[in-house]
Amino acid sequence: MNIRINGKRKKNYIYLKKRDQISMKKSIGIRIIAIIMALIFCALIIIPITHLNPLQIYLEIINGAIGNKRRIWVTIKDILILFIISVGLVPAYKMKFWNIGAEGQILMGGVATAAAMIYYGDYFPNWLLLVIIFIVSSIAGMIWGVIPAIFKAYFNTNETLFTLMMNYIAIQIVAFCVIFWEKPKGSNTVGIINSATKQGWFPPIFNLTYGMNIILVLIITILVFIYLKYTKHGYEIAVVGSSINTAKYININVKKVIIRTMALSGAICGLAGSIIVSGASHTISTATAGGRGFTAIIVAWMSKFHPVAMIFVSGLLIFMEKGSIQIASLYGLNENASDIITGIIIFFLIGCEFFINYEIKLKKD
Amino acid sequence: MNVILIFIQKAIAQGISILFGAVGEIITEKSGNLNLGIPGLMYMGGIAGLMGAFLYEKGVENPSPFKGLIISFICAFICAVLGAFLYSVLTVTLRANQNVVGLALTIFGVGFGNFFGGSISKIAGGVGQISVAVTASAYQTKIPLLSKIPIIGQTLFSYGFLTYLGIILAILTTFFLNKTQIGLNLRSVGEDPAAADAAGIDVAKYKYLSTMLGGGIAGLGGLYFVMEYLGGTWTNNGFGDRGWLAIALVIFAVWNSYNAIRGSILFGALYILYLYMEGLSRGSQELFKMLPYVVTIIVLIITSMRNKRESQPPKSLGQAYFREER
Repeated sequence: MNIRINGKRKKNYIYLKKRDQISMKKSIGIRIIAIIMALIFCALIIIPITHLNPLQIYLEIINGAIGNKRRIWVTIKDILILFIISVGLVPAYKMKFWNIGAEGQILMGGVATAAAMIYYGDYFPNWLLLVIIFIVSSIAGMIWGVIPAIFKAYFNTNETLFTLMMNYIAIQIVAFCVIFWEKPKGSNTVGIINSATKQGWFPPIFNLTYGMNIILVLIITILVFIYLKYTKHGYEIAVVGSSINTAKYININVKKVIIRTMALSGAICGLAGSIIVSGASHTISTATAGGRGFTAIIVAWMSKFHPVAMIFVSGLLIFMEKGSIQIASLYGLNENASDIITGIIIFFLIGCEFFINYEIKLKKD
Repeated sequence: MNVILIFIQKAIAQGISILFGAVGEIITEKSGNLNLGIPGLMYMGGIAGLMGAFLYEKGVENPSPFKGLIISFICAFICAVLGAFLYSVLTVTLRANQNVVGLALTIFGVGFGNFFGGSISKIAGGVGQISVAVTASAYQTKIPLLSKIPIIGQTLFSYGFLTYLGIILAILTTFFLNKTQIGLNLRSVGEDPAAADAAGIDVAKYKYLSTMLGGGIAGLGGLYFVMEYLGGTWTNNGFGDRGWLAIALVIFAVWNSYNAIRGSILFGALYILYLYMEGLSRGSQELFKMLPYVVTIIVLIITSMRNKRESQPPKSLGQAYFREER
């Protein structure tokens, strides 16, 4: 079971050993070290550009993310959105279905939401409109998820590439709708939808603007994890994910499971689109998903689909994103700095997985 | 007639950066690495080339176009190779999931490009847009004499050298993968790494080198876009989704870079077709822009339905290889 790093036989050589199991404490410890190293590395990049001292950098990051009440809430809102998208991806990924089409599913959900807000805004009371919004946005996301799933189930069409292409079709559909609905004409934006009547907007709950976002995200998360853990469907997903042959052997209808699970995954991503449009931005554009469909994949994967870890990872990424945008704007730099920071943190977290799965040992002959 | 000529020219101009990306991705995928970081690498190549040329032109009195060209070419290639190296370390040595690393690399690379594209002049102490007209002029130099021939010259010889380099690379890659020992070894790594390993091929080395070479070539696609297409400037997200189109083109070309040449021109044509359709409203133009993706999906479905052996992706694509886990 050993690999020799050096091909030649030597007296001492290091080799890798797969860990049988790792204690919770150790695995969390390794991840914390990785995050600290990532933060140090980020600071090393920021210092030469801004000439700030490292302490100032971290203070400024904290200030940007949670410096005042409004910033705290914006950060929470964005964490919730990234988190709920990752929750939506979990069923598909547990089945080892590489759905990288969350971006498109979110956009389709968002565009359905915007359509409901624009066309039904004046006809229904707000609660009924919201119910309609949840239904149409889930259906829109579901359709976008099911199409690749059907082809995967029947023809084994590569889902990674199929779902990826579906994203860009969704983007063009949104671009078309934006021009169709644009206000004022020629502006190429939809503007804030129903800004006067606030129809189709999430109403404040307990005086919290984003109260409904929190409740909705919480409910969906709990339902999804109960579904995955305690139902027959959830069990079938796990079996298909670990071995399709086993699944066939114990008479699981693999085709049905693939399509059903992607319907669910797409529907939740579509619903996430409605949370973005109805519950946060109140507008639609091609940037509504804004790459979060991709980031969420990384969040779900790195958390090993554990909900608490997912909240933590999405929290960390959004926190650093807000913080680095703050630093960038202070120095008149481009706000894409946040993508670089996000990328670095992800690289470190991905890299540290290795040290969780393997032990490096030095063997002396 | 003139409109058609211009259309063909524009389609080729659109297609070349996609072609570079696709050739790079084909070399990468043949080793079994599905590098979804190609869009990021193309951004990295583009901005690195631009920065190299920018710092050079700023640093000397009379910048020479040729030196600027060499410097930016090397910068673009090396920067993209480094990005691909990072991908290889994480996926081959540290055995991380390829899709996750690829997506992270794309997020990083696009951010890297946009950040430096938007901030380099500020960091360097200047203001306003960066422009490297001198270097770009070298990239935009057409073939002398031949490009003056009417019609044939305009359609075939009126491009900068990167266009021809891209096409030559695509042809060489097909030759390399099918006719040379190293190329065949590389393909065997992508098909069945365990068998390749048993035959004495160093799987990790092949994966590293092909991913890095592929990444570097993809980076040249970004360089082409920045230098020849945009004429030496940067617009944020200007490169758009061409990187993903490059990955789509790999499927369209059924993993054969020779096919990718025709494919890239077709993709380029589909990309700009809406500009040449009369009577389209702005809205339906947006719908027209879907075409390249729809075509890719159709090809993807057809190849999976026909299930022909020679038009399949490399068998171990997307899977990491661990010798001890068999």
